[in-house]
Amino acid sequence: MGTVRNFVLRLLLIGAVLAVWEFGVGFFKIPQFILPSPTNVFRALYNGFASGLYLPHIGTTLTETIYGFVVGTVLAFMLGTAVALSRKIEYFLYPFIVMFQAMPKVALAPLIIVWFGLGLTSKVVNAALVAFFPLMVNTIVGLRSAEEDRVNLMRSLAASRWQIFWMLQLPNALPYIFAGLEIAMIFALIGAIVAEFVGAEKGLGMLIQSMNFTMDVAGQFSVLLILSVLGLLLNGIVAYTRRRVLFWDTSRDADAASKSQGQKQGGAV
Amino acid sequence: MDASVSAQAQPFHSARDVIAVRTLSLAYGSGVNAVLALKNIDFSIGDGEFVSVVGPSGCGKSTLLKILAGLLPPTSGEAFLKGTPIRGARRDIGVVFQTPVLFPWRSVLQNVMLPSDVQRLDKTEMRARAMDLVNLVGLNGFENRYPRELSGGMQQRVGIIRALIHDPAILLMDEPFGALDAMTRESMNVELQRIWMERRKTVLFITHSTAEAVFLADRVIVMTARPGEIADEFAVDLPRPRNLDVMNTETFGAYVKRIRAALNADGGLD
Repeated sequence: MGTVRNFVLRLLLIGAVLAVWEFGVGFFKIPQFILPSPTNVFRALYNGFASGLYLPHIGTTLTETIYGFVVGTVLAFMLGTAVALSRKIEYFLYPFIVMFQAMPKVALAPLIIVWFGLGLTSKVVNAALVAFFPLMVNTIVGLRSAEEDRVNLMRSLAASRWQIFWMLQLPNALPYIFAGLEIAMIFALIGAIVAEFVGAEKGLGMLIQSMNFTMDVAGQFSVLLILSVLGLLLNGIVAYTRRRVLFWDTSRDADAASKSQGQKQGGAV
Repeated sequence: MDASVSAQAQPFHSARDVIAVRTLSLAYGSGVNAVLALKNIDFSIGDGEFVSVVGPSGCGKSTLLKILAGLLPPTSGEAFLKGTPIRGARRDIGVVFQTPVLFPWRSVLQNVMLPSDVQRLDKTEMRARAMDLVNLVGLNGFENRYPRELSGGMQQRVGIIRALIHDPAILLMDEPFGALDAMTRESMNVELQRIWMERRKTVLFITHSTAEAVFLADRVIVMTARPGEIADEFAVDLPRPRNLDVMNTETFGAYVKRIRAALNADGGLD
């Protein structure tokens, strides 16, 4: 009943923040290269699109992010599955996993630029690397979370190891896997941007860098705005797919648990 | 159904035992830390017979079911299904667990068909069979619903007919109504008797409720705890179909009393 009113209040709050920002910048005479006013940010945004400057950069970053996401999550799913299903594989890979998990993956970006150059490949590799871990961890946790009773049911039916995987463990792990995918999507964007910071010829991260050098702060703000819209969009696509696939999933608890698992990962982007 | 046909309790030994358990023992752990969960268990179940195993928690009745389902190898002794020793899971056993254990991503019909999917049985034939069973337990109209849309009693009915889809030689039931409220539980008991009378499956029914054990069974096996041993075994001679009023009769009371006596001799239902 109060939802419409709350929505209006929410819009009013956003409007108020923008107004305070706009008039504060004018009133205190804050230089535009420190904090641009919202109108200047929107002007920069409009000019960026009107001049055709932004679109190719958006395309580049989006391509890097999506390729990185796909490569990273496919590998993460395969390795996570191998680890979850085989104690032996887990035993031998464990030291590597722990070492990489604790390491801030973005710190590898300079090395990756050296190895893979300034082009698309280095960005994809970096994005994939950052997107990899949240999904791998969630895949392992998800595949191992099958209830004992359900496993016993499958075993009592003389199901093969493979059938237990396909009919029970995998569908059971999907809520965890999708939670991991949502995080991986945002992480891939972060990975791509950071790699662009370190060295790139195109992309929104590179654009922010070059605007920083020319003290075009309003331009930087406009790119940040684009990035957050991109993030919302990419996350929205995964969330939409998840709702379609996981229509049966009512346990938001398991979900939240696996999410916090993934978010712990977030500390080590 | 002709009540008189299904009514007569089988005697203690039948020419065609579906289940035969011979000096079965099971110990958890080993050496000095070993805990004897089952000790020298001996019994058999005839074709089409409904046998209840009743006992306090910790008497090893769930362990016994796990051994019969092939999920757990016994420490000594042997269990036979239709004359062949049970080693590992068998395809001709149907198990009903304490909770319905439904897969939330499968619809009611798909859940019922899980065993036939695992055992790669003919889809069309099994589908028709599943619909039959859905009708049998009055879930028609719900076959395409998902478990979260069903009540606890309805879910357990799905759990029961799932155990029947592949036409197993025996139905093993591990306190299937333990998680239901008392009213639902009683109506499920009547329902189970009806299903049993229609399908004439051999059933091993595990429970800690003395009334439930007597109400359903042709024969009751009483188990005591630590170690799990058979304390008493008797046939229940009450005409079928039994309705809930039978619980108020003197004969019924005598059977329940007999179970209590066997358990009290061992220190009671702790």
